[in-house]
Amino acid sequence: MLYREAGQFKATYAADQQIFPIRQDRIGIQLLLALAFVAVPLFASEYWLKAIMVPFLVFSLAALGLNILTGYAGQLSLGSAAFMAVGAFASYNFMLRVDGMPLLVAFALGGLAAALVGIVFGLPSLRIKGFYLAVATLAAQFFIVWLLTKVSWFSNDSSSGVITAQAMVILGYEFASPQAKYLLVLGLVATMALMAKNMVRSSVGRAWMAVRDMDVAAEVIGIRIMHTKLLAFAVSSFYCGVAGALYAFAYLGTVEPEGFNLDLSFKILFMIIIGGVGSISGAFLGSAFIVLLPIFLDVLVQDVFAGLLSPTIASNMQLMVFGGLIIFFLIVEPHGLARLWQIAKEKLRLWPFPH
Amino acid sequence: MQLKTKLLLSAVAVSSVLTSSAVLAQANEQFIGLPSYRVGAYAAGGSGIYGGWIDYMALINEKEGGVNGVKLTWEECETEYNNARGVECYERLKSKGASGNSVFQPLSTGITYSVLDKVAQDKIPMVTIGYGRTDASDGRVFPWVFPMLTNYWSQNTAKIKFIGAKEGGMDKLKGKKIVNIYHDSAYGKETIPVLDAQAKKYGFTVVHIPVSHPGNEQQSQWLRVRQEKPDWVILRGWGVMNPTALKAAAKIGFPRDKVIGVWWSGAEEDTIPAGDAAKGYIAAGFNVAGANYPVVKAIQDNVYKKNKGNMEDKSRIGSVYYNRGVVHGIITVEAIRTAQAKFGKGKVINGEQMRWGLEHLVIDAKRLKELGAEGFMPDLKVSCLDHEGSGKVKFQQWDGKQWKVLTDWIDADKELVRPMIEESAAKYAKEKNITPRDCSKEG
Repeated sequence: MLYREAGQFKATYAADQQIFPIRQDRIGIQLLLALAFVAVPLFASEYWLKAIMVPFLVFSLAALGLNILTGYAGQLSLGSAAFMAVGAFASYNFMLRVDGMPLLVAFALGGLAAALVGIVFGLPSLRIKGFYLAVATLAAQFFIVWLLTKVSWFSNDSSSGVITAQAMVILGYEFASPQAKYLLVLGLVATMALMAKNMVRSSVGRAWMAVRDMDVAAEVIGIRIMHTKLLAFAVSSFYCGVAGALYAFAYLGTVEPEGFNLDLSFKILFMIIIGGVGSISGAFLGSAFIVLLPIFLDVLVQDVFAGLLSPTIASNMQLMVFGGLIIFFLIVEPHGLARLWQIAKEKLRLWPFPH
Repeated sequence: MQLKTKLLLSAVAVSSVLTSSAVLAQANEQFIGLPSYRVGAYAAGGSGIYGGWIDYMALINEKEGGVNGVKLTWEECETEYNNARGVECYERLKSKGASGNSVFQPLSTGITYSVLDKVAQDKIPMVTIGYGRTDASDGRVFPWVFPMLTNYWSQNTAKIKFIGAKEGGMDKLKGKKIVNIYHDSAYGKETIPVLDAQAKKYGFTVVHIPVSHPGNEQQSQWLRVRQEKPDWVILRGWGVMNPTALKAAAKIGFPRDKVIGVWWSGAEEDTIPAGDAAKGYIAAGFNVAGANYPVVKAIQDNVYKKNKGNMEDKSRIGSVYYNRGVVHGIITVEAIRTAQAKFGKGKVINGEQMRWGLEHLVIDAKRLKELGAEGFMPDLKVSCLDHEGSGKVKFQQWDGKQWKVLTDWIDADKELVRPMIEESAAKYAKEKNITPRDCSKEG
């Protein structure tokens, strides 16, 4: 009933090609954006903005990046955290070493640096596929973290190898309050998500999907494999790089190379597997699941069950429940939370008269 | 259906807890947020230290009814030793209790760095005992951070002093060779500059060999040790790297009593898995092992006899990590006492007052005796200039069953370390546009 499309006719090509062809979806996304841009900064507490929303958005962006590469272009990668590290360290160095460097340009340059590194480590994808490629990208993961630790120039010769992000100032306004930081991150993530959505709907995205589904067939119909694959690596790494810069500048403030370890890469991979491989909304759903659920469980255990369980059991219980939920969702819907939402929508369109 | 209602109800309960950050708190309670980790690779350290700390606070509540009548309350938050989770815990804990979180002690160098700027903005002091940012010892640049007792650089100079004493005088160090096997991370790299400076000063050579995380494969590193034929090996490990190193040392026949570990390499959890290979191994520590100290006995009598203890495995009481937790407890409680003496006895203090208390914290030999911690931890005197406060360590040797104290407190080489700290802190201040405080004007 909610999704009854009766009376919605597409009279122009533009109407047919828009991102959300159903009016209910358009209203829904507008409400969601209004909620995120207006209601959340107005009403959410500092804790929610700083500790929940910002990391959720940053990881959504990283998952979005990986989803472009793995979900749309079909190239498995275990180097996402390393590309985030490149973005973070590159942005920091651009800010540090270039006088008067605008913040957003530094983020973009950080993303571009990550894209270049991504292209280099994407080269093996021209010859190897599947799990073997995953192993090749594993090299990126270890090499980049090692390099950032080894060469102290990257961290401005700090004795411990950590970098402290500069203050975020755009046109004289300092993004210091939780609300400002949140809005900056949200603005960037929303813009880049929109760009990603349009990219995967365009010829570029279709080329990626063709390569994903069968690269020989794609080559036969005239898609340049090298160009397509490397573009996927570049775009994906760019997204991860910007996510890394935001992680350093808007969330943690101070980061060390070791923070971008393999665990983080796996976490981002799990985000897209649980959220939905090959789906933009899946990146957000997966990030919400992986980032927020452990926190939710911890709050549940510490506040609600405080004193009932011994602390060691309580901590281990969280991991068990978390693992159990991952398995549960993958059994219920192997294609991820985004697919679950899609099925729900299909059902809603027919409800209450399924035939 | 019933299950669904239950799930819904618990979800509502949780969300209401999440939104109302102001938890019902009695006016006369001092809240201490504990960003603990009890799962993952470093769970042994986390559960021991936070366990000992909680037990000491429980002891104060049981025996004295709190600090001058102000009951201590605490809540844990699981960080999994992960920086992002640590920041979440920091934000979650910071405004709980009557006056917010009094002190933040994350037991992780990574989390320390992640909240370094935030603690100054939120006016919550951070105490990092035996880890964290070394140059934060300069309290002029880092008013809110207290790397207490001893930092890595001080500890490292004490190690060289110990080696010098063993060799029969610092002048005998000339021409000797020391290998520094370190965990290839921010933590592991931190002592390289100070070791190089000491090598220059005393004329020994130092070879740095990195071990990549987690360090459960060290054959090539110890092969190099065999080639280098060093006189001593400094082990700067963490977690599983330590027993692996000891086993590898045994394999190549390097004498274990020439291997000296940092305090994160010197707990029962590091030596027992190595079995006989660990026998004779020496480690530095700012607290000692053993349950026969009055303060540990008092915990057993007042807390565990009433079944209010935190440790599940009671045999770990008196272990290195547990005792380190007790040290954390003592410092926290004594700082609250110091702050109360200035701002009103029996009153709940806030973060700013707690910072004052930490900066004026003095635990001398007499006070240590009163606390039942004589010889248990070094005496301590913090000031505006010096946030480290002590710099002394003891060396302990593993005899195959337990840690035996080998030396008295050994002082750090302050003349060497302090200028390096000041230089590094000044560089940070310049990078961050911080004007260092003038300590002569601080009350």
